[in-house]
Amino acid sequence: MSQDSVRVERAALETSREESRFRAVMNSSVGRNSGLVIALLIVCIVGAATAGDRFTSTDNALTILRLAATTGVVSIGMTFVIIGGGIDLSVGAIVALSSVWCTTIATQQLAEDTHWLWMVAVALLVGAGCGLVNGILIAYGNVVAFIATLAMLASARGLAEIISDKKTQILGANGIDVKGFKDFFTADILGVDVQIWLFALVAVAGWVLLNRTTFGRRTVAVGGNPEAARLAGINVRRHTVYLYVLIGVCCGIAALMLVAKTTTGSSTHGTGYELDAIAAVVIGGTLLTGGRGTIVGTVLGVLIFSTLSIIFTLNNRSFSEQSLLKGAIIVAAVLLQQRLASRSST
Amino acid sequence: MSLRSTTRKSRKVAAGLVAGIAVLALAGCTSNSDGGGDTADTSGGTSAATGSNDESGDKVVIGFSAPAADHGWMGSITESAKKEAAKYDDVELRVAEGTNDVNLQISQVETFINDKVDAIVLLPFDGAAMTPVALKAMKAGIPVINVDREFDDPNAARVTILGDNYGMGVSAGSYICDQADGNKDAIVAEIAGIDSLPLTQDRSQGFKDALAECGLDVDNRVAADFTVEGGSDAAEQLLQAAPKIDYLWNHDDDQGVGVLAAIDNAGRDEFTMIGGAGSKNAMEAIKSGDSVLKATVIYPSTQAADGVKLARLLVQGKSMSDLVEVEVPRKVQLYAPVVTADNVDQFIGSAFES
Repeated sequence: MSQDSVRVERAALETSREESRFRAVMNSSVGRNSGLVIALLIVCIVGAATAGDRFTSTDNALTILRLAATTGVVSIGMTFVIIGGGIDLSVGAIVALSSVWCTTIATQQLAEDTHWLWMVAVALLVGAGCGLVNGILIAYGNVVAFIATLAMLASARGLAEIISDKKTQILGANGIDVKGFKDFFTADILGVDVQIWLFALVAVAGWVLLNRTTFGRRTVAVGGNPEAARLAGINVRRHTVYLYVLIGVCCGIAALMLVAKTTTGSSTHGTGYELDAIAAVVIGGTLLTGGRGTIVGTVLGVLIFSTLSIIFTLNNRSFSEQSLLKGAIIVAAVLLQQRLASRSST
Repeated sequence: MSLRSTTRKSRKVAAGLVAGIAVLALAGCTSNSDGGGDTADTSGGTSAATGSNDESGDKVVIGFSAPAADHGWMGSITESAKKEAAKYDDVELRVAEGTNDVNLQISQVETFINDKVDAIVLLPFDGAAMTPVALKAMKAGIPVINVDREFDDPNAARVTILGDNYGMGVSAGSYICDQADGNKDAIVAEIAGIDSLPLTQDRSQGFKDALAECGLDVDNRVAADFTVEGGSDAAEQLLQAAPKIDYLWNHDDDQGVGVLAAIDNAGRDEFTMIGGAGSKNAMEAIKSGDSVLKATVIYPSTQAADGVKLARLLVQGKSMSDLVEVEVPRKVQLYAPVVTADNVDQFIGSAFES
């Protein structure tokens, strides 16, 4: 009798221990990311089941990655900003402004006269400059990130419209020769587009920066508890500025990819990127309150959304249904995240 | 920290340079082959069709992509294309519907190329931005039918179907000239669409040129933005500025809903209003005759439907049977007729819902 009850107790203890181990795994970044891998696999299975080899072909995989690349680069930057306890609503507008600024006749002329890398420099500098303004306003002006970047969203796109006169600026207009630029960004290496390589490069660089450097540890500290970070000797304000400059540079890279892909710069480029990037980061398991998140999760989040997009196109389904599903996925991911978070705290 | 980040940066730059040199070397080998000369598509075949073009023929798969349906005219573009495709049992229309993100629209067209569809009907969000991917499709042997917003490279499309923006202005202006009947003092007002768009500039130029023919000019001009709200705001300002108007041309019937509301609110009815684009509710108002709106100028929302029809003919190797020419033409520009109470019944069937 008593032996039995001991056995039962022990068994109960073991299951609860196992459960807590399961919870711990699910809570670790590896666990969350494997959840995302499973989600991506399910999406791929749905794709293969509904579209067959039209989905599983290499060309289709490349199409998905090409679609993912532009928003992907922005999302990597967004991951840093959100882990650091901030948010950036201005990314789409910065992409538009960078794309416009690096395709003005003056910039293109400069590129023809000297080297096409000038266009790259202009795009990156414009992105970094916008990020710098955002960062200074937030860190030193004490403007809430939401408001500061909302203001940048409006003014960067406005400036893009002024510079371009709301017209589409075409690469190589007026007979200017910037073929080197276009050839570089639209070439492929080993059958894979340079744009996809760039996305991979940015992702790997982001992973190293976040996980293997002081900068990454500081980002987590600043987002997790800014007061503690300050007491630990981190210059929280300066670090916040760095984070917004970083995402600005990412926007510049995305703008370059878009310019090469479309051979145009336009004030309408990058519309809605802020939502795409935040959505990818959130379903990637990064806490919106900051202090925790992974690059791998973000990359998986981007891939899930772009794969879904292509599946909808392949199956002749409407964009509206896709937006609806996207919303549902975001809510589901956040609910799951909250459950895991509350469990781990008890 | 700053030290570390500079080394990282320089490492990145170095990696970029290595990659760049490799790519430039590769590009050097291939750049000779991408001259535009070889893109003219010959898959259309040359045999002139005998018998009716509508007779069922070979199965045709058509990929279709258009911008987001954020106003009535654009919504009708996709709807009428779908409706037209449904009339043929030999047409399968794959609709990648509605996006204002050029990156996504490019990937939609890439998906069609991967799918090896027989033809692509494309209304680009931005003609210039979609040109590279259209060229890619043409090079893959898939004829592209470009609708409404033109590519910046003629090799990127096999057929281009355009409305006539300048002609809209001319039609509206000529109609006013007829109505004014030699009265050179008539006060003419204009409510334009988004002023920075080339299409708006074309419309206004045509309007100005046609009015000049009979000695009239535009006395008051405001611009709106194709939305109901914008139309209402612009009209309100115009009515404030001009106490008496004889003729008013409003470029767009979607924004016209707001324009008419503002006119109602102001209690004005001393002028004749002409609309643009040709929505169903505008035509109903013209038919009933009890508002200031007496006419509208068509900018067909069935352009993409025409694109679907021509894509089918092209792939099946048929010709436009009312032309002697054995191939589908390179460019089709649609007419911008004036719709009044007299001929409204002829057009109301193909009008779009605002």
